[in-house]
Amino acid sequence: MSRTDDKRQIHLAAHFPGVNNTTVWTDPTAGSQIDFASFEHFARNAERGLFDYLFLAEGLRLREHRGRIQELDVLGRPNTLAILAAIAAVTEHIGLVGTLSTTFNEPYELARQLATLDHLSDGRAGWNAVTSSDSFHGANFRRGGYLAHADRYTRAAEFAEISKALWDSWAPDAIVADAASGTFLSTDAVATVERRTRLFDIEARSTVPRSPQGRPVVVQAGDSADGRAFAAEHADVIFSGHTEFDDSREFYRDVKSRLAEFGRDEESLKILPAVTFVLGDTAEEARERSREIALAQVRPETAITYLEQIWNRDFSGYDADGPLPDVEPDTGSESAQGFANRHAAVRGRIAQLREVAAKDNFSIRDLIIHLTANHTFVGTPDHVASEIDRFVQERATDGFTVVGHVSPHGLDEFTDRVIPLLQERGSYRTSYEEGATLRDLLGVSLREPVAS
Amino acid sequence: MAERLHLAIALDGAGWHPAAWREASARPTELTSPRYWRDLVTRADAAGITFATIEDALSLGGRTQDPDAETRRDRVRGQLDAVVLASFLAPLTERIGLVPTVTTTHPEPFHIATGLQTLDYASHGRAGVRIVAGSTPAERANFGRRDDGPTGFPASRRVEDDEAWTAAFREATEVVEVIRLLADSWEDDAIIRDVDAGRFVDRDRIHNAEYAGEFFSVTGASIVPRSPQGQPLVTVLAHQTIPYRLAAEQADVVFITPADASATAGVIAEVADAAADVRTEPEALRVFVDLVVLIEATAEEAATTWARLQERDELVSDARVVVGSADDVVAELRAFAVEGVDGVRLRPARLPADLIAITEEVVPRAADAGILSPDDGAPTLRERLGLPRRASRFARVEVSA
Repeated sequence: MSRTDDKRQIHLAAHFPGVNNTTVWTDPTAGSQIDFASFEHFARNAERGLFDYLFLAEGLRLREHRGRIQELDVLGRPNTLAILAAIAAVTEHIGLVGTLSTTFNEPYELARQLATLDHLSDGRAGWNAVTSSDSFHGANFRRGGYLAHADRYTRAAEFAEISKALWDSWAPDAIVADAASGTFLSTDAVATVERRTRLFDIEARSTVPRSPQGRPVVVQAGDSADGRAFAAEHADVIFSGHTEFDDSREFYRDVKSRLAEFGRDEESLKILPAVTFVLGDTAEEARERSREIALAQVRPETAITYLEQIWNRDFSGYDADGPLPDVEPDTGSESAQGFANRHAAVRGRIAQLREVAAKDNFSIRDLIIHLTANHTFVGTPDHVASEIDRFVQERATDGFTVVGHVSPHGLDEFTDRVIPLLQERGSYRTSYEEGATLRDLLGVSLREPVAS
Repeated sequence: MAERLHLAIALDGAGWHPAAWREASARPTELTSPRYWRDLVTRADAAGITFATIEDALSLGGRTQDPDAETRRDRVRGQLDAVVLASFLAPLTERIGLVPTVTTTHPEPFHIATGLQTLDYASHGRAGVRIVAGSTPAERANFGRRDDGPTGFPASRRVEDDEAWTAAFREATEVVEVIRLLADSWEDDAIIRDVDAGRFVDRDRIHNAEYAGEFFSVTGASIVPRSPQGQPLVTVLAHQTIPYRLAAEQADVVFITPADASATAGVIAEVADAAADVRTEPEALRVFVDLVVLIEATAEEAATTWARLQERDELVSDARVVVGSADDVVAELRAFAVEGVDGVRLRPARLPADLIAITEEVVPRAADAGILSPDDGAPTLRERLGLPRRASRFARVEVSA
C-alpha cells in the first residue's frame, strides 16, 4: 500500500444505473437492465476498481406518468435482496448494499434476510433504510396505503432498533455443538427481543446466528431534519444529495456535529453523496461529451414529461426547445382535502423554475437538463480525480456514490482511468485487505451492542 | 412398465434426523456458512439431481408442535432465509432447480413474487418455490402484526376441522395466485427498446395485477420483467385432503408421503380426483414421493447407525423412512417407479453423509438400472419436468393474415 498516513482515504460506492432518465438506454452499447450478466459485469468492474460497495435502489411499483406506466425510461429491475445474494456468489470483496423500505417490510423478516446476506457474503452486507408512505406504492402491499408522515421516521427508528436488537441477540459463542453431551446451543445463547410500542408488538427470537459483521452496515438517504437525526443515531453511511462544494461542507459539518450526542466520532459515519461524471482527453472534449450525454438523457419528450408531472397537464403540443408553458397548473379540486397546501407548493415550485429559466434564457429542455443532467464532475481523468480528492481532503465529504450513464458498463472507464490517479495521490486503497468486511472497508466499526 | 423418475433432494440443516448433527461426519458449526451450502448444492448439481428444495421457517424452533421448540438447546438451531440462500446458490450451479420454502402468512406476496422472478433470472430458468400454509404462535409473536392463525392441530388431525387452518390454506392459495399473476404481468415482448420512438417498453404489454383477495390486495404489475421460465415451478407438500386441494389447484409438483409403494396408488388417486375437479390440465401436475434415507455400505451398518441416532433423539417422520444400502434405496425407487410417480424427493437423514451416498452410490446404480429420467438438456426446470413454457395469460393472440 502506497498510502501516506496524513491523507484522508476516499470511500467510493458504485450505484447500479437506475430506472430514470440518468440511464441512457438509447446508447448503442447499452446492455440489459435485468439479465444477471449485467449485474455480474457491473459487480466485477466495481470490485476491480476496489470500490467499498455496490449500491442498488429498490423497486416497489413501476413508475407511472399521468396514470399510465411510463415508457420513456428504463423500466424493470430485480428484487433487491435476491440479486445481491446472487452477486455475492460471483464477488469476493466488495460490499453489497441494497435499498429496502421500513414501511413495506417487517423487522423480523428483513433483519433475518440481511443477516442471511451477511453470512453468505462473509460480512459484506449493507442496508439503505428508506421510509415510504404513499398509497401508490402501498397498494402493492399488505399494509396498504398510507402511513402518516410523522409516523414514517418513528417506524423507521423503531424498525432499526428492533433490527439491531435481533442482530445482537445471538451470543457470539451461541453454537457449541457438543456431540458427546448433545448440547447444540449454549445457555442463554439466544436473547428474546421484546418491543411493545404503538407501532410494534413483538416478542421475537431470531433464527440467524450472529453474522460476520455483527450488524450489516446501515445507510440512510434522507436529508430532512428527521432523516439527519435518524442517521446520527442509527446510520453508518449517509447517501446525501449534496454535491456542490460549500453546500457539501456545510452538510458534513452539520451531520458530523450531531454524532457526539450519541457517543460517536467523526469517522464512525461516512457521507457518500451521489455524483455523475463525464471524462474526456481534454476539458473541451469532456464538456462536449457531457452535452451529448445530457441531450440523450433529456430527450424532448423527457423534458415535456417532466413538466407534465409538475403541472399535471397535457403538454404534448408544446415544443421542448421553446419557453416554459404560460399556464396555471392543475392542482385538483379546490374542495379536495389538502388542496391549499398542494396548490401553494406546486405554484411555488413553478415560480422557482420560471426564475431559473428566465435567468439563463433556458428552453424547456435546457431547464430539465440543468435540473436532471447537470453532471457533477466533467473533465480529464486528472481533473476528476483531483476534484474528488479535494472534496475529501477538505472535509466536504468522505467519498462519493458514483453512477454511470450506461448500463452495465458505465463505470468501467472510471475504474480504468480515475481510480489509478486516486491511488497515485495516496488517497485510495491499492488492494482489498484479505477477509475485510464492509465495515472494515468503510472504517465504521461496530459500536457497543444495544441492550435488548 | 415403470416410469423413469426424477430425483430431488430436500436440504435442511444437518439433515432430517434430529440427532444427525452429532454424527462425526456432520458439520454442525457451519450450517449457516456459504461454504456448507455451496458444497451441498454443487454436489447435487454435478450428480444430475433435478432440483433441490431448501427448508425454511420463520421461528427459531421451526414449524413443529413441540411446545419446547423455542427454548430447547439439544437440536440444531439457526437457519437462513431460503429465497436469499437459493439466489446465492444460483450462479454457483448449472442445471439443478432451486426450490426455496416460502411461508405464506407473514411475508409480502409482492416481495415473494419478485424474489422468485429474480431467482429465475439469476439461475437462467431454474427457480421454484415450496409453498407452506399457516403459521405458528411463535411466528406470530416474531412478527407481531396478526393474531389470527392456527394453534396446533385439531384432535382429528384434519385441517378441514379447524377454521384457522382452512383460512391459512385459502391464504396460501391467494399467494400462489399472485405469484403467478405477477409473473405474467409483463408479456414476454414488453421491452421494445424502440430508439426512434423513444419508448423502452410498450405499456400495453404490461398489466397491473389488480388483485383483491380475502387476505390482501396487490394493485400494480411486477417490478421484474417476465423471467426465463415465465412462471416459477410451484411445489406443495401434502398429506391430506385440503393440502391436496391446494396442490391440485395451484401446484406444478406435489410431494406425497405414502406409507410404502403399495399405498401410492390410493394417494395418487386422491390427488387426481382433486385435480380433476379444479384443473383444466390435470396431467400437468407432477407427483413426487418423499422418502427419508439413511445409507451405509450394508443394511446392517445402516441399521446400527439408525439405532444410534434414534437412541439419541427420535425422528418422528411424516414420510417413509428407508434405512439400508444404496441397493436397498434403488429397490425402493424402482418400486415407486412401478407405481407411476414422476419423481422421488429424498430427504437425507444426515448431511452431508447421506447426500454423498446418494450422489456417489444411488444415482449411478439407479441410472444403470434405467429408472432415472436422464437430463435431456431442457433449457429450464419446468421444461426438464415436461411442463411447457407458456406465454403470459395477458399475451394477445396474434392473428395472422
